[in-house]
Amino acid sequence: MDLTYKANGTYTEVLAAGRLNMVSAPKLRTFVADVVASGSNRIVVNLGETTFMDSSGLGALIGCLKAARQAGGDLRIAAVQPQVKMVLELTSMDRVLTSYASAEEAFGDD
Amino acid sequence: MTRFWTRLIVVLTVVFGLNYVIWRWAASLNWDAWWIAVPLVAAETYSLIDVFLFGMTVWRLKIRTGAPPAPSGATVDVFITTYNEPLDLVLTTALAAQRIRHPHSTWILDDGARPEFRDLAAEHGLGYVTRGADWQDMPRHAKAGNLNNALMVTDGEFLLILDADQVPEPEILDRTLGYFNNPRVALVQTPQYFNNVPVDDPLGSQAPLFYGPIQQGKDGWNAAFFCGSNAILRREALMQLGLVGYVQETEKSIRRALAASRKAIRTARKSADATSPFVDQMLRDVETATEHASAQLDAGHSLSEITYEVRQKVDRAVHALVQADVHALQADLEEISAMDLAIVGDAGVKVVADDAVQRLSAREWSPLGAMESVQAVLDALSVERTGEAQPVMPLATISVTEDMATAMRMHSLGWQSVYHHEVLAYGLAPEDIGTMLTQRLRWAQGTIQVLLRENPLVQRGLKWGQRLMYFATMWSYLSGFAAVIYFAAPIVYLVLGILPVSSLSFDFFIRFIPFMIANQLLFAVAGRGIPTWRGQQYSLALFPTWIKACTTAARNVWFGRPLGFAVTPKDRQEGGPRWSLIRPQIVVSILLVIAAVVGIARLTTGLSEPIGTLVNVVWVVYDLVVMSILVRAVLYRGYAPVEHPSGAETTSAANMVDRRKEP
Repeated sequence: MDLTYKANGTYTEVLAAGRLNMVSAPKLRTFVADVVASGSNRIVVNLGETTFMDSSGLGALIGCLKAARQAGGDLRIAAVQPQVKMVLELTSMDRVLTSYASAEEAFGDD
Repeated sequence: MTRFWTRLIVVLTVVFGLNYVIWRWAASLNWDAWWIAVPLVAAETYSLIDVFLFGMTVWRLKIRTGAPPAPSGATVDVFITTYNEPLDLVLTTALAAQRIRHPHSTWILDDGARPEFRDLAAEHGLGYVTRGADWQDMPRHAKAGNLNNALMVTDGEFLLILDADQVPEPEILDRTLGYFNNPRVALVQTPQYFNNVPVDDPLGSQAPLFYGPIQQGKDGWNAAFFCGSNAILRREALMQLGLVGYVQETEKSIRRALAASRKAIRTARKSADATSPFVDQMLRDVETATEHASAQLDAGHSLSEITYEVRQKVDRAVHALVQADVHALQADLEEISAMDLAIVGDAGVKVVADDAVQRLSAREWSPLGAMESVQAVLDALSVERTGEAQPVMPLATISVTEDMATAMRMHSLGWQSVYHHEVLAYGLAPEDIGTMLTQRLRWAQGTIQVLLRENPLVQRGLKWGQRLMYFATMWSYLSGFAAVIYFAAPIVYLVLGILPVSSLSFDFFIRFIPFMIANQLLFAVAGRGIPTWRGQQYSLALFPTWIKACTTAARNVWFGRPLGFAVTPKDRQEGGPRWSLIRPQIVVSILLVIAAVVGIARLTTGLSEPIGTLVNVVWVVYDLVVMSILVRAVLYRGYAPVEHPSGAETTSAANMVDRRKEP
């Protein structure tokens, strides 16, 4: 899994490309924790290039959400692909992590 | 009485042979010329072992007086195997097979799947079998695969196997089926004899020594083996072979998968990604499961239970990991909810349902999928034998000479074989040296493949006599290396004056000559007037073929390289004699002649001594006479029938040799 981020003014976009699974989940956690630690607490995880997610990947996403909230911010997801969407719906996590069509829209309301 | 004389001469040959070779090793080596002395004595030792094995073979020569009457109710399928032989040739054989007296069904096993064959078979009321869809993209295993395929769609108790050119006599089954009254008999082999061979047999096609004293001798040790055609087999024995083979293959593949999975897990655990305690726990569980499975395998538990259990345990471990992920996630959600209830929503903390956990644990979304290597080897833990067209392969597929490999496996399961020394089918031999060389190469390659894959000396279930009988045939195919040394030694002496023996003294002759005489006598007595000279010539003269067979078979078995069949061009009649096929032999012959001339010149100038020169010139002449057969072979233009002008023999044998490639 390739992880990159860019600061977009009001929020920081984390681009996660590849498979978000047991092996890469810890990487995402550390990566987002570092971004939060560097001062950004409004984070959009762009899943447009995430082709697959398993239970560990889902756990990592929620863990990142927690980290953002603890820092007083929020974490949102964008551009979810079909398999990831299925996992989110199956576990009802789509109700916790609202998915936006694009990174720009994620924090568009505030 | 012949038996007494044969045995006496065997004993004499062995005693004289040991007397000579032990002296050669102990007292005669010219260490100053070790580079030729040691190879020569090694080659001589090779030959001595070869003679020992031959002596052992004829020691128990079994002359059978015929089979009891055939059991009337025995059902028989006659299989005629074909790949690319011409239609009329196969049809001649098939119609003759149809006329076999004992009730039977005749089948054409057409590996070429030629539609016109199907029609022709239907027209004549012959059975017709081709490979099914299961064989698509699977290893085809040439003739063994063809027979295995047919075994699955037929049901006769006994199978008569015929090559496409082997025209059977009507009484072939009446004469042989009776042997199967003994319920332990699994195979009756009859000779292969060729109609289209002139009396002087320039290509050495007839094998009277093999289909005679050698098979009869092996028969005495219950080790007469299957030669691919003109043999009757018991289906039950073949099926048992297939099942045993299936179980062994499956066990082997499970063992491999278990070993590989342990390695993959170890690697995965070491990798930095696996730092999560949950992941580590899962991998530890999977590892424990595979270790337990290995132990159960060693203890002889059922393969299907072992693999099922491993899969269950792996599934449980994966499920536990998913559960742990979900628990952690839920704990995170609790914390988030404690911080800020509003955002989580009014319905409170979401709970991941059990069926979602199930779904996340299943093969498709399993976290274990992240460790592809682990997943792959666990997938390989199956009893389904993927990678083969049919799980049960009665005829051995480890060699291009499936016949010998199959017979050896039958013997090691305790079955018995019979060699029935009566020509009951007439075939067609190759009619040009190119085809003949391809055929010999294939036999030799197949034999060496069996030696390297399933060395008879270490096969459990075989008696020592049987082991040595199989080994004898394999050993004889190593003769190419010895031949090179036998050619080199006289050249070295005649040209350089270097003698590998410390002296050609009385000591040498007194030991060598009795051995030589006993040896020749042994062949004469055991052969009982059979012409064996042609066979002796070819066993030495085809040394490049034998060497090539050994090297290609070794590369194939050890490094998985293809055997690389020498493809013989079909337009053999055009372009005149093909001397290029025997180039190494021509080069060696020229060197021998030059050496003889140089040797004589050295003698006249006093550079070498008379006895040594004489012995070596005689040796050169012998070598040249042996190899002279190749000149006749290259010039041979095919069989011109004189004694039997029936016309049937005029079919060209150029298309007969099986040119199928190994998969």
